[in-house]
Amino acid sequence: MKSKLAAAPYLIWMAVFTIVPLGLVFYYGLTDQDGNFSIDNLSRMGMYTNIFFRSIWLAVIATVVCLIIAYPLAFILSRMDTHKQGTMLLLVMLPMWMNFLLRTYAWMTLLETNGVINKILGFVGLGPFEMINTQGAIVLGMVYNYVPFMILPLYSVMTKIDNSVIEAAQDLGSNSRQVLMKVIIPLSKPGIMTGITMVFVPSVSTFIISRMLGGGSNMLIGDLIEQQILGTSYNLNLGASISIVLMIFIFMIMAVMNQFDDEEMEGMII
Amino acid sequence: MKIKKIISALSVLALAVTSLSTTAFADVEVDGGYDYDRFRGKNVTLQVYNWGEYISDGSDGSLDVIGEFEKLTGIDVEYSTFPSNEDMYSVLKSGRSQYDIIIPSDYMIGKLIEEDMLEKINFDNVPNFTKYCDKKFLNPEYDPTNEYSAPYTWGTVCILYDASRIDEEITSWASLWDEKYSGQILMFNNPRDAMAIALIRLGYSLNTTDEKELKEAADLLIEQKPLVQAYVMDEVYDKMGNSNAFIAPYYVGDSYWIMETNPDLAVCIPEEGTNLFADAMCIPKNPNLDSNNDEKRKEAQIKKEAAEMFINYMYETQVALENIEYICYSTPHTGAYALLDEEVRNDPFLYPSDEFITEKTEAYVNLPQETNRYMDQLWTEIKISGDQNKWAFPLMLVACVAISVFTIVRRFIKKRKDNM
Repeated sequence: MKSKLAAAPYLIWMAVFTIVPLGLVFYYGLTDQDGNFSIDNLSRMGMYTNIFFRSIWLAVIATVVCLIIAYPLAFILSRMDTHKQGTMLLLVMLPMWMNFLLRTYAWMTLLETNGVINKILGFVGLGPFEMINTQGAIVLGMVYNYVPFMILPLYSVMTKIDNSVIEAAQDLGSNSRQVLMKVIIPLSKPGIMTGITMVFVPSVSTFIISRMLGGGSNMLIGDLIEQQILGTSYNLNLGASISIVLMIFIFMIMAVMNQFDDEEMEGMII
Repeated sequence: MKIKKIISALSVLALAVTSLSTTAFADVEVDGGYDYDRFRGKNVTLQVYNWGEYISDGSDGSLDVIGEFEKLTGIDVEYSTFPSNEDMYSVLKSGRSQYDIIIPSDYMIGKLIEEDMLEKINFDNVPNFTKYCDKKFLNPEYDPTNEYSAPYTWGTVCILYDASRIDEEITSWASLWDEKYSGQILMFNNPRDAMAIALIRLGYSLNTTDEKELKEAADLLIEQKPLVQAYVMDEVYDKMGNSNAFIAPYYVGDSYWIMETNPDLAVCIPEEGTNLFADAMCIPKNPNLDSNNDEKRKEAQIKKEAAEMFINYMYETQVALENIEYICYSTPHTGAYALLDEEVRNDPFLYPSDEFITEKTEAYVNLPQETNRYMDQLWTEIKISGDQNKWAFPLMLVACVAISVFTIVRRFIKKRKDNM
């Protein structure tokens, strides 16, 4: 009983700030302006297939790139001296202390045709390259902004992998590839899953990155939702409908991910 | 009108909250005969909600307009800013906060009036308005009886271009469709402003509700899309300021601001005409004014009168002059206009002739909801045009099926292994 009582603050928090808003999203998504039940908004989703497709595609690429960058780093981090780990973690976290908008804005200045990177390349006779207003720039923005969310869960899982386990595998004759495939990756799976979720979900719903780095013509779902709510039409119902579809997509992808669920998966978030 | 720098978007929350001592003497010159002192010591607080970077704030030797008001009247001002009319509207509509003064644009004021979200201003408490407001800004289309608003600034949409890289003199909106500048054209990233340019080119009204005309405008924008480098709003500061594009439509005040950082830039108002916009001070509805509770009603009445005092103060010549010099737009205040530099007063883009204004410009009015929605739908179509990949949806389906099959097979194999 007591332990239940202790959970009360969060349960109340969740009820008020998660369940109720979620209910409201569904309410708006399934009604029209006058509050009558209607699925018209949902039926219009076919129009936005390309936007959905692009959002998911770019988010998948960003997640994979994050994983490739973060995985070796997290492993190296977890094998370092404790005080060095602290410094390195600080460096990972440091960009996150800055405002998200400023960080993205800074990339805009870097990537412009007359921007910093092209100027530097110009000195060695290269370019100028067209970097901004491309899908690559959007992916770059996502990776840059969300890679700490991949590093941190991976790191926290990997610090728990005891060196003696790796040594045992080596003693039993595993080469380094086998150690990686049979010991480290299986043991760090919960971290991989958490990292993927934490990068994929914000990437798929971002809007400011695509607007600033994508030049406004690479519209993502986030932009579309924002346009419904802060645009001239103030169409909360359509915005909510799009959100529902997005949630269902994420839910589906997460459900598929959970199919990889194994016994050793405890410790994973979601 | 639009926010000046992205940084100001970050400071959307309260800026100036504290006033120092209420006894200090004000440094601002005000007209005699108005009792600015009547609310001193009565603990009145005004919530002012304005565009970002849209008031003289004391930086670089300008006048700290809000601070001076607090000194002059003893009224506390809580000043906060919004990045767009629509942001302001959704804050107001959701009832998240009660504001005493807001400064939205024309069509938004029309919308607020229509939805009964504004109080009528008692202009007896705003003598400076009748004294100084230029007659041509009285009874505007968005507030035909001029009961709800007092114009703060006005301006037009112009073309900003890089004269060092464009040889000809730009005189027409058609330049935004010129293939010579392919990849170097910026365009508004909001449906209303972008459609307006296309509608002007087609010779239609900016406020058309005719779906056929709107569709034609959308088609024109789709035709333009391959030439457009990016759809932007405030990013234009960075892009034009650092010569990353040749040509962009933007609001004239902001364009002057950008020109200060990049001397290669030039401005023109296209000959076909343009949108004339105005931002005006309004008092949002305060439900307490109709309250049955005497105390609450009285408090609301005092607040409303204090808000009117604020509007009157903003119409003081010195204050209006400082504000307009700070924000670079055009002023409807005759006193401030007379004191501007001659060069500014004769600037054909900041202060176009009366003839041009009446014949070639049109202000936005509030459109019916269906038109807004239709326009938004067209806008989305414009945005997704050109990269319609007919394989997108089938591919997505195939991917879904593949993933499902993969997981099912995987489960099956695993189960078999476990049973062995």
